[in-house]
Amino acid sequence: MSFFQWAQNPWGQEILVRISWDLFWLALIGGALFVIGHLVWRTKHKEAAPAEAPPEKAAAIPERILRHSLGSRFFHWSMSIAVFVLLVTGFFPVVGIQFDWITIHWIAGIALIGTVVFHVFHATFWLGLKNIWVGSADWKEFRQGLANALGSGPAPPKPGKYPVEQRLFHHMVSLASFGVILTGLLMMVRVENPIFTRNPYLLADSTWGWVYVLHGLSAVGLVGMIIAHVYFAILPEKRWMTMSMIAGWITKKDYLAHHDPDRWVVTEEAKNP
Amino acid sequence: MAVIHDTIEAFELFQPASLEDALALRRRYGKVSWAYAGGLDSLDWFKDRIKRPEVVIDLGGVAELKGVRESGDRIEIGALTTLTEIATSEAIRSKYSVLSEAASQVATPQIRNQSSLGGNLSQDTRCWYYRGGWPCYRAGGNICYADTPTSVNREHAIFEAKRCVAVNPSDTAPALIALDAQFVIHGPGGERVVDAEDYFITPATDIQRMTILGPSDLLTAIRIPGTWAGARFHFEKSRDRQAWDFALVNVASAMKLSGNTIDDVRIVVNAVGPRPMRLRDVERQLKGQTATADVAEAAGELAVLGARPLQHNAYKIPLMRNLVRRAIRGEA
Repeated sequence: MSFFQWAQNPWGQEILVRISWDLFWLALIGGALFVIGHLVWRTKHKEAAPAEAPPEKAAAIPERILRHSLGSRFFHWSMSIAVFVLLVTGFFPVVGIQFDWITIHWIAGIALIGTVVFHVFHATFWLGLKNIWVGSADWKEFRQGLANALGSGPAPPKPGKYPVEQRLFHHMVSLASFGVILTGLLMMVRVENPIFTRNPYLLADSTWGWVYVLHGLSAVGLVGMIIAHVYFAILPEKRWMTMSMIAGWITKKDYLAHHDPDRWVVTEEAKNP
Repeated sequence: MAVIHDTIEAFELFQPASLEDALALRRRYGKVSWAYAGGLDSLDWFKDRIKRPEVVIDLGGVAELKGVRESGDRIEIGALTTLTEIATSEAIRSKYSVLSEAASQVATPQIRNQSSLGGNLSQDTRCWYYRGGWPCYRAGGNICYADTPTSVNREHAIFEAKRCVAVNPSDTAPALIALDAQFVIHGPGGERVVDAEDYFITPATDIQRMTILGPSDLLTAIRIPGTWAGARFHFEKSRDRQAWDFALVNVASAMKLSGNTIDDVRIVVNAVGPRPMRLRDVERQLKGQTATADVAEAAGELAVLGARPLQHNAYKIPLMRNLVRRAIRGEA
């Protein structure tokens, strides 16, 4: 197995070309192993019944609570479609399914940028960044949750709106997305498109090699993360969360079972999904 | 980078005597195998040690792959039939002279005696940056050395260049597309028959191949239907010297006329893009028209719409325009 593809340029220098496609297979196999490992762990680890919320708090909670606004759902699904198209157009040719992929790929890339820009504004000015922030206390909870999953230590406290592992996943996806976006924008300069004047010689060949490598690493990173994401989305015990990404709301029962009302205070707006 | 060794790296040689054995070998060795027909393309690659197959399957002993067979109103040509046989076959000359004309203009008599129709159709591009072993897109890299401001790209593409600007060098390919031929391919999934124009692909689809042939596939035969038999044909190849040279632009056409009115027409040019290019817009424009100089003039203009020259090959635009005009006027 190799990590990178190298070549000798006309000046006799060894230059990076791109990542080795072995890494794509590694991401697929790694994702599959994670799923299998989690399925095995899941059969042995029964989730403890959630602690009951105080009756006076439960009484104040409506039957439906808005978890994802229309804007958030729009972002999630439009980004999903864009990423799906990007992965199919990017990796199908690698596995031998050949088609005219470049134009579809960069158009999907532009769509991804559009969704991310929308999300950055939406999250900054409407959703609030604190919901997604990971602080030192969150790390402590994360370690506690991990230890609990491995069979030692008590369960961590119920989270606010987003569990810490979900927030960490968000940040890893963000990192990979910014990786593919920034390198992808540069790579667009090398192909015909109506946005940039084509200039394949903007960077030296060795620098282009690094751009390709970062693009590839970010992309295979997304492959592994998306396998895990889709897997959790279809797990029966997580389906309430998946459904909330479709309908927008969760039930009072799920809210009280999975969230701490003190850490995720239901606003007036969230009471009317 | 290419180093001319003039000695070939060792490989395992198989010389199957039947198509069945050849296909079995192809299936068995797939990517590490090389189907060797006339050897005109293969030996350059081997000697420069740019292509280093572990296994070479010499198809020379497979009788089923050779010869011109007439069946009803159609002709089937084995992929290993030499270009000399095609150029001199009475059956082809009498009904499909555009193909015999194209075959007779390939390289030199010695090369035509040795090279096969399948090889001429499936040969790799002649871009010297790629052939020189530079790590370009087509060789698996991430750059096209023929498309820089200082590249020598006089022979390269003016159409359909996506990242790679190499052109398809075949002379017989445009003739076969003009004849609405079909190519018979044998692969792991059995036999499949594709239209001639669908056999060729652009870098947009796969930047490392020029045809749809996969590593376990073999082009076994070319079938020419009777549809265009006896039509008015035209083949013209423009090149720097009159022998042993690849086309700068070539054109093949088949035209059915009622008097001087064009009932149906197929026009194909090659060496202007990564695949032989059928001029469908021109064909549509021509149908029902009278084959006059004015109509040919307009068709020539239409043919080159969308051409995008590189630094040194803008001359291909007027060249192609004039070749298309001459094809319609039927000028030799």
